[in-house]
Amino acid sequence: MQQVVPKILFDFKAPLRHVGAVSLLTGRGLTALGRPPYEFRSWLHQMEHLGVSSLGVAAVTTLFTGMVLALQTAYSLPELGVKYYIGSVVSKSLTRELGPVLVALIVGGRIGSGMTAELGTMKVTEQVDAMRSMAADPVKKLVAPKLAASLIMLPVLTILGDFLGILGGLFIATNQLNLSYGLYVNDVLQALTLGDVLNGLGKSVFFACFIAVIGCYNGLNATGGAEGVGRATTRTVVWASIMVLVSDFFLTKLFHVLA
Amino acid sequence: MSLPDPSAHPGRSEALYAVRGLCRRFGDRAVLDNLSFDVMRGECLVVLGRSGSGKSLTLRQLNGLDEAEAGAVWFEGTDLVQLTERQLYPLRRRIAMLFQSAALFDSIDVLENVAFPLREHNRLSEEEIRERVAGALAWVGLSGIEDRMPAALSGGMKKRVALARSLVLKPEVVLFDEPTAGLDPVTSATISSLIRNTQGEFGTTSVVVTHDLRLARDVGDRVALLEGGRFRFIGAWEQAERSTDPALTAFLEGRQPAAEEDIDAA
Repeated sequence: MQQVVPKILFDFKAPLRHVGAVSLLTGRGLTALGRPPYEFRSWLHQMEHLGVSSLGVAAVTTLFTGMVLALQTAYSLPELGVKYYIGSVVSKSLTRELGPVLVALIVGGRIGSGMTAELGTMKVTEQVDAMRSMAADPVKKLVAPKLAASLIMLPVLTILGDFLGILGGLFIATNQLNLSYGLYVNDVLQALTLGDVLNGLGKSVFFACFIAVIGCYNGLNATGGAEGVGRATTRTVVWASIMVLVSDFFLTKLFHVLA
Repeated sequence: MSLPDPSAHPGRSEALYAVRGLCRRFGDRAVLDNLSFDVMRGECLVVLGRSGSGKSLTLRQLNGLDEAEAGAVWFEGTDLVQLTERQLYPLRRRIAMLFQSAALFDSIDVLENVAFPLREHNRLSEEEIRERVAGALAWVGLSGIEDRMPAALSGGMKKRVALARSLVLKPEVVLFDEPTAGLDPVTSATISSLIRNTQGEFGTTSVVVTHDLRLARDVGDRVALLEGGRFRFIGAWEQAERSTDPALTAFLEGRQPAAEEDIDAA
């Protein structure tokens, strides 16, 4: 027993240390965002790098999710005549839940691992130390632009994804389920509220923050050459995905209470 | 070609760095164990030692890149060990470092690499920045490569661009981490003469960490041998050559030292 207790405490120490360090990096990153000089050129570069290049994958994911959602809704409960409410089901599900979560998982995995690979390579090739030795803050120069780009681009991609998903639902409704265009669109417009959209956008802002900070943290703490960078990249995909899915539950509860 | 300045080349009687009782451990292994030494203003101190002896770690203590567990690194009356990362920034503008891997930022071209410290710490016009970068590149003999990417440079060129980047803010101290590692003898001689010229022209204080004995002889005012976490020897090159210390003579002759007990008994 005496042996077991300290071992358990020891096992908890490492994860707690990571949580503390990630929280500190979040604070430092957000502070650096607000502190001049603002590196807008760098922000724009990152927005293009992280956001614009993820457009395709976000579009395909959400478009087909909207289409599948429409089909499943119609096939699952045909006797209840649910197909006449496909517009509301697709739009509510996408804006409140599937849009932000799927975009965060698909795009987040991509950009988070990219951040880790980039910063990890810089770390193991002493570029981060070179920056520090020239009295430049790596958090300000490297983390803040990535955080800013994620905070801006993930909600933008989510909005775009919501729209494309609803469009995918429309395509299936009119071509496969013999619903009229007007019926579907009318149903979407009646069901969808600004609250639904803001709820999803709020989540995507939190997801963006988690993904960027986890990606940067693992990159800045990579050790052990190329193999170490590979391990850090895998860690980012796992941590970011878990964080998105777990926090989604708590954010849903939180936004429900706030609404 | 332009560059020089660093505070009117003061004499070498004054200690710029005073390192006292420095300790740094990795797990159970004490890599630096109560290490103490001085670096005199304007001198070039060469630190020799076998791989893994803690040479680079010692160098990284001199600009606060690594944190010591105990001891002090006094730089003009300020103990670097006690400073936070942000408090170290003003000092790091005066202490440049050349990394073993050159550590050029590989996503930006040579111009932006060399201009990095200028953009970070000075409010200069684009024209002035280009002029200063061209001057620094000319100093290392690499004029006209501003638009090349680091990946398109040879190892020796990378080191020279990194040296230009280190010198562009006209530092008072330059720390060299294995400046000739992996370079052919001709390029090593070029780097060696650049280090000498930099010290002569700028009056900078240099600390060079190396395995390269020819470099040590060419540039060092004093050489030190790091072993067991401490300096086993520190003195002029001529003294090192005359020394009867078994560990030092073994290192200089490139052979395994005698058994540890024999060395300690000597």
